[in-house]
Amino acid sequence: MKKVFSRPKSLKDVPFHYCPGCGHSVIHRLVCEVIDELGIQDKTIGVPPAGCAVLAYNYFDVDMCEAPHGRAAAVATGIKRMLPDRVVFTYQGDGDIAAIGTAETIHAANRGERVTCIFVNNAVYGMTGGQMAPTTIPGQVTTTSPGGRIPLRDGNPLDLSAMLALAAGSVFIERTTVINPKGVNRTKKAIKKAFQTQIEDKGFSLVEVLSPCPTNWKMSPAESVNWVEETMSKIFPIQVIKDVA
Amino acid sequence: MSAKTLMRGTHVLGEAAIRSGCRAYFGYPITPQNELPEYMASSFAKMDDAVFVQAESELASINMVIGASATGARVMTSSSSPGISLKQEGISYLAAMELPAVIVNMMRGGPGLGNIAPAQGDYFQATKGGGHGDYRLIVLAPAYGQEIADMTRQAFDLADKYRTPVMILGDGMMGQMMEPVVFPDPLDVSKFPVKDWALTGAKGRPSRIIRSLWLDPPKEEELNWRLVRKYEAISQEITDQEIYLCDDAEIVVVAYGTAARIAKGAVHRVRSQGIKAGLFRPKTLWPFPGEVLASMSKNLEHIVVFEMSTGQMVEDVRLYVEGRCPVSFYGRPGGVVSTPEEIAGVLSGVGSGLIKKSA
Repeated sequence: MKKVFSRPKSLKDVPFHYCPGCGHSVIHRLVCEVIDELGIQDKTIGVPPAGCAVLAYNYFDVDMCEAPHGRAAAVATGIKRMLPDRVVFTYQGDGDIAAIGTAETIHAANRGERVTCIFVNNAVYGMTGGQMAPTTIPGQVTTTSPGGRIPLRDGNPLDLSAMLALAAGSVFIERTTVINPKGVNRTKKAIKKAFQTQIEDKGFSLVEVLSPCPTNWKMSPAESVNWVEETMSKIFPIQVIKDVA
Repeated sequence: MSAKTLMRGTHVLGEAAIRSGCRAYFGYPITPQNELPEYMASSFAKMDDAVFVQAESELASINMVIGASATGARVMTSSSSPGISLKQEGISYLAAMELPAVIVNMMRGGPGLGNIAPAQGDYFQATKGGGHGDYRLIVLAPAYGQEIADMTRQAFDLADKYRTPVMILGDGMMGQMMEPVVFPDPLDVSKFPVKDWALTGAKGRPSRIIRSLWLDPPKEEELNWRLVRKYEAISQEITDQEIYLCDDAEIVVVAYGTAARIAKGAVHRVRSQGIKAGLFRPKTLWPFPGEVLASMSKNLEHIVVFEMSTGQMVEDVRLYVEGRCPVSFYGRPGGVVSTPEEIAGVLSGVGSGLIKKSA
């Protein structure tokens, strides 16, 4: 029988710890498919976050260096500057990259660091139990915005990708989702382009992926998919945010 | 060996680092140590295998150090007191991830923003943790220009040997003062042993992970005990001190860094008055040369600890002396620099209750 689908070579053969309906597993697989297709498994170095994907090094079969919470872009800078011909990526959640790591990320983009950030946005702090994130949308109920996020009290959702697009050193930034086959295909294409941008030494690249979190949203996986489509993507539109690559 | 050259302490440190094979520097401006990053920037600009990045913060720079160290490079960052506070997060991670790095603190007055004058108020921070968790930092305390050069080489060697961060603890005066120095020959970076843990891309070998997270408590405990065994070996192997005019001494001053140089001048002065004084100068602050001091203390009438702080190292001195002789403290914090005359006056007053500032 002809084999039409298999686990990517750069994805370790171990069960994921992620919750049912979570987007991380799909996004991990897409990153690994891109690494395989570009033939860069032996020259890729990844930097996982603190957050749900803190154990990403158990899944990606490439060299991996942990970073303190939010500091992935700085750690990646240190790696890439020493080894400019390697492919360096960070894999971060919204709390990691858009709250505690805002400064590191903006300045890495502004310096035009030839690194790629995979930014998984699920509008909530997942690992710590569902607190309000920088990307939590107005009205969204979390454990620390129990009546729903009120912008004048709790702040507004932060569009980090748009901010990064203002930095002269960023060359490719796209926002996608993994809630349907079309979104999955588009996400993979964006990740591939982001990696290629880095390989071609053009500048900073980032793919923001809107990703469901049924556990902390207190929704079924199907409801979560609908919420991304109907609510979250109104605040964070699916689009190419910057492409000067 | 280089010819004898006259250089300020920060430049000595930079040149010694480059000759020790340092090929990466990450930092953020803060007085009084800016001449060090400036020296690294201008020197690295002339080299094709070295990386200088002025980061957006001390947090970012210590995390760039983590990344560069993970690739196996010899890497350094420097700052002064408030900036070193910000680096503590990364220092804890470096210790846990067992990554070598050299961190320079040219101390200034504190707490808070304090001032930019020389001080020694960061002894506790450097030697007792600083960051979170069970770890130790090798802390080297130079006092002379030549020693800055020698200890910088030693710092990089120790960091690689033990896979651990090493701090060079100086102060603003030491960084600015010009002294004659002879440098050792530069090391050939291409001949450094390959680090079999470094992240370089998994070419022809299994992929590697550098981490500090061990969610399973027995695994984290295992890391903690492994670090303890390493720290015990370090304590056995590298503890160092200068013992000056102590053979017949009845009173010994314990001081480190710039304070020790002032104290040495004071020892000379009181000896001419017939007071048998000597100097004990820890060169490693952690590990602290306490055993040597303890055995000396049996034959002493008095120990005076002199620090440019309100009294921090004095706690370690008392811990080791264990009451074998009286231990007094004299300190000038806040960036005030004592003169040898002032300390000589303190030593002359020992025994007559004249030590003014007791901790």
